[in-house]
Amino acid sequence: MTGTPWLSLTTFLPLVGALLLMLMVRGDDAAAQRNARWIALWTTLVTFAVSLVIWVTFDPNVPGFQFVEQHPWVGGGISYKMGVDGISMLFVILTTFLMPLCILASWESIGTRVKEYMIAFLVLETLMVGVFCSLDLVLFYLFFEGGLIPMFLIIGVWGGKRRVYASFKFFLYTLAGSVLMLLALMAMYYHAGTTDIVELLKPGTFPASMQFWLWLAFFASFAVKMPMWPVHTWLPDAHVEAPTAGSVILAGVLLKMGGYGFLRFSLPMFPAASFHFAPLVFGLSIVAIIYTSLVALAQEDMKKLIAYSSVAHMGYVTMGTFTLTTQGIEGGIFQMLSHGLVSSALFLCVGVIYDRMHTRDIAAYGGLVERMPMYAVALMVFTLANVGLPGTSGFIGEFLTLLGAFKASTWVAFLATTGIILSAAYALYLYRRVIFGVLEKASLKDILDLSPREIAILAPLVLLTIFFGFYPSPLIDPTASSVQKLIADCQTGLKIAEAAAAAQVAVLSP
Amino acid sequence: MLTTLIDLLHGPLKPEIMLVTAAMGLLMIGAFERHEDGRTIGWLAVLFLALTGLLIAVRAFNFPGAHDSAFAGAWINDSFARFMKMLVLIGAAGALLLSFAYFRDLGAMRFEYPVLILLSVTGMFMMISAGDLIALYLGLEMQSLALYVVAAIRRDDLRSSEAGLKYFVLGSLSSGMLLYGASLLYGFTGSTHFGDIAAAAGALTAGGPNIGILFGLVFLLAGLAFKVSAVPFHMWVPDVYQGAPTPVTAFFAAAPKIAAFALLIRVLESALPGITSQWQLIIAFMSIASMLLGAFAAIGQNNIKRLMAYSSIGHVGFALVGLAAGTENGVQGVLIYLAIYLAMTLGTFAVILGMRRDGKYVEEIHQLAGLSRTNLPLAVLLAALMFSLAGIPPLAGFWAKWFVFLPAIRSGQYVLAVIGVLSSVVGAYYYLRIVKLMFFDEPVRAFDKMPSLATVVLGIASAFVIFFTLFPGPLVAAAERAAHSLF
Repeated sequence: MTGTPWLSLTTFLPLVGALLLMLMVRGDDAAAQRNARWIALWTTLVTFAVSLVIWVTFDPNVPGFQFVEQHPWVGGGISYKMGVDGISMLFVILTTFLMPLCILASWESIGTRVKEYMIAFLVLETLMVGVFCSLDLVLFYLFFEGGLIPMFLIIGVWGGKRRVYASFKFFLYTLAGSVLMLLALMAMYYHAGTTDIVELLKPGTFPASMQFWLWLAFFASFAVKMPMWPVHTWLPDAHVEAPTAGSVILAGVLLKMGGYGFLRFSLPMFPAASFHFAPLVFGLSIVAIIYTSLVALAQEDMKKLIAYSSVAHMGYVTMGTFTLTTQGIEGGIFQMLSHGLVSSALFLCVGVIYDRMHTRDIAAYGGLVERMPMYAVALMVFTLANVGLPGTSGFIGEFLTLLGAFKASTWVAFLATTGIILSAAYALYLYRRVIFGVLEKASLKDILDLSPREIAILAPLVLLTIFFGFYPSPLIDPTASSVQKLIADCQTGLKIAEAAAAAQVAVLSP
Repeated sequence: MLTTLIDLLHGPLKPEIMLVTAAMGLLMIGAFERHEDGRTIGWLAVLFLALTGLLIAVRAFNFPGAHDSAFAGAWINDSFARFMKMLVLIGAAGALLLSFAYFRDLGAMRFEYPVLILLSVTGMFMMISAGDLIALYLGLEMQSLALYVVAAIRRDDLRSSEAGLKYFVLGSLSSGMLLYGASLLYGFTGSTHFGDIAAAAGALTAGGPNIGILFGLVFLLAGLAFKVSAVPFHMWVPDVYQGAPTPVTAFFAAAPKIAAFALLIRVLESALPGITSQWQLIIAFMSIASMLLGAFAAIGQNNIKRLMAYSSIGHVGFALVGLAAGTENGVQGVLIYLAIYLAMTLGTFAVILGMRRDGKYVEEIHQLAGLSRTNLPLAVLLAALMFSLAGIPPLAGFWAKWFVFLPAIRSGQYVLAVIGVLSSVVGAYYYLRIVKLMFFDEPVRAFDKMPSLATVVLGIASAFVIFFTLFPGPLVAAAERAAHSLF
C-alpha cells in the first residue's frame, strides 16, 4: 500500500480530461477540433504513463490485492474500494494502452462533433478502467453498466448506416444480462452483509444451493458481454456499425470484461456451481469456436468476419477458464490480452483502408500488395497472430488453453483444435482476397500506403504481437501467483461444498 | 378550548396552519385587489411553501425523531411525515416555479392557481399525517377537489376541461370505493383509529383470514391505487396528463403521488400490519402489472406528456416493489425511490416546458430530433434524466431501483424482482428512443430560449440526478429515520 492512490488516479484522469474538454473547447470549427484531439491524446497518454507506474511497481509475488484504497461511501458494507491483483492489473494496462491508439485512429476519420466524441471516449476509459480496479460489487456494477452509455452514443452518433439498430441491440442485450446479475449482487449482499469483493472471495462464503442461482445470474451477464454463443448476435452488428475506434474498444476491452468477470466472480465465489456447469460452458465454447468460424468463412464484410473470429477466440477463453487448471486459466488470460492486441489491430487495419475507400466489402479490394506493401506486412502479422501461428502472441494463448482442455477432457480439446484449422482458413482466405491477386479495380490504382500517423498506430502493435509471441513472461509472470491462489481457493471451496453435501446426506440417512 | 388552540399554534401543527392561512390570505388579496396577473400571488405562494419547509426543518433539527400527535391521534407528525412533507413541498414549489413562464405565454396566469396549489398541499399534509380513517378521507378529498379544479384551469381549452372532468368523475368513483372499504374496516374492527384497527384486526384474524376485513382492505386498496395510479386503476393517468396544462401535469406527477404513497404506506404499515401477508400479495400484483404496463404501453407513445404518464405508471410499480417487501427496509426503499423520482420528474418536465417554437409549445417527441446539435447542454441533461429514469448507473435512478429491489430480494420476492428488472429493460427502450432522437437524428429547428426558471429547476434536478452517486449518504439516512418511525 503506497500513499499515492495510483488506481483512482488512473481511473479518473480521463474524466478530468473530459471535463477540460467540456469547459475549454467551444464550437466545432477546425481549431476547436484540433484542440479537442490534442487534449484527448495527451490525456490518454498521461493516463497510460501513470498506469505504467502500476505495472512497474506491481509485486508479482504477492497473490492478493495491491494498491488497495478504501473510503466510506454508501454505508452498510458498501464502500469505495479499489485494488488490483495479477488477474486484473494487465487489463488496466491493456485499456490505457489501447486508448491513445483509438484517439489517433479517429484523428481524421471523425470529422463531426469531435469534442463530444472525445468526451465520450474519455468517459468510457474511466468506466472501463474502473471495472478492472473496483473491489466492491456495487462499485463494479456501476462501472460495468455505466460503460453502456458512452458506447451507445459512440455507436449511435458516429456509426455506419444501421447504427441505430446496432446501438439499441447492443444496449438492450447487455442490459438484459446485467440486470439479472444485479439481482444476484443483491442476494450476495444480503447473504454476506458486505459487498467487499475481498471478503466475498473467501472460500465457502456461499452455500452450494445458492451458488447455483448466483452462477446462472452472473453467467447471463458475462455470457452476453463475452459474448458466448448463442447470445453473441449483438456483436457483429455493433462491430460493423461502430466507428473504427469503437470497434477497437469493443473487441479490445469490453469483451474482456466477460472473461474477467468469470475469473473474478464465477470461479472463486461459486466454485461448486462452476464445476457443475463446466460441461455446459465447454459445450457452448466448442459450438462458438466451430460454428462462428464457419460463419466467418462466409462473410463478405471485413469487420463482420473479424467480429465472428472474435467470438470464436473468446470461446478458447471460456473453455480454458473453466478447465480450472493453471494452464487453462493463464492461457485464458493471455488469450484475452493477446486478442486485445490482435483484434484491435485488425480493426485498425480495416479502418485504414476504409478511410481510403469507404467500403468494407471484401470484394471491393484485391491486389493491395502492389500499392501498399507496408500495409500488407502489418496485416500479415496480425492475420497470422489471429490464426495462432507460433512466434506470435496468438499462439501462446491458444496453446495454453488447449493444454488445459486436454487435462479436462480430450474430446473438448480435440474439437477445439479444429477451430484453429478453420481460423487459418478464414483468415488466410481474407488475406488472399484483400492483399493478393491482381490489382484490377480502377478505384484502387492510386491508393496510398500507410501514413506516418498510421505507422505510429500499427508499429507498436506489430512489435508487441511478435515480442509476446517469443517472450510471453512479462504477461504470464504477474498473473502466476494470483492464478495459483485462485485455483487453491476454488479447490477449498469445492471441498467445503462437498463436505456440506456429505453432512447433509449423513443427516438424511439415519 | 382557547388554550388548546394556542398550544396548537405554537406546537407541531404550525406548518399546516401557516399553509391554510396563507391560502386564505392570498385568496383575499387576489379577490379584492383584482389581480388579473397572478404572478405576485404565485411568488408569495412559493415563499410560503418555502417558509413551511423551513418550519418543518427547524422542528426536525431541534427535536430529531419527535413524534407529535394531535386530535386524539388522528393527526400524527413523525419523521416519516416530515420526510414526505418535505418532498411534497419541493414538488409543489418546483411545479409552481415551472408554471410562471407557461401561463405568461398563454396569458392565463390566474391568481386562483397558486391558491389552489396551496390548498391541495394542505390536503396532502393531512393525508401524510393522517392517523385515522376520517382524517385520511378528509385530507384526500381536500387534496382531490383542489386538483380537479387545477386540471381544468384552462377553461377555454377543450382538453383541459376534459381532463378535469375525467379526473373528477373517476376520482369520485375511487373515493367512493375507498370510503366503502373504510366503512367495512370500521364495521368489523369498531374503530377508525389506525392503532385500534391494527389491534382489532390482529385479534380477528388470529384464527385465519377474516372476510370482512379482507373486503375492507381490497376496497381501501382500490381507492388508494387510483390515487397513486397503479394498474389496474391507472386509466385516467394518460388522458389527464396529456390534457392538463403542462405545469399542472408536472405538479400531478410530483406532489399528489407522493402524498398518496405516504397514505398507502401508513395505512398498510400502521393500521394493517397484522395481515401483511394478505396485502403483500395485492401490492405485489399491482406492482408487477404496473411495471409491465408502464414498460410496454409507453413504447408506442409519441406525445411526451403521454409517454411520461405511462412512465410514471411504471415507476409507481417499481416503488411498490419496496412496499411489497413489507419490511422497514422496504419502506426506506420506497421513500428513497420517491425522492429520486421527484427530481427526475421535475427535471424532465422542465425540459418539456422548454420545448417551445415561436412561442408555441410542442409535445411530440420527434420535435426533440437533433437537439444535441441545436442545444447540446439541454440534450445532455435530458439524456442524463432519461438514462436515470431507465435506471442506468451511475445516475440516481439506478440507486432508486437498488434500494427497492434489495428489500424485495431480502424478503424472498424473487419472482417480483426478476419481472421487475426485466421490465426495466423493456422500459429502457423508450427512454433510449428519446436519446436516439436527440443525438442520432438530423436536427429540426432549434427551440426558443429556455425560460429562466425552468433552467434553474432543470439545473438543480439534473445536478441531483448526476451527483447523487457521490453523496448518497444523507438521503439514505433520512429515509432510514423516516421508515423507522413507522415500525
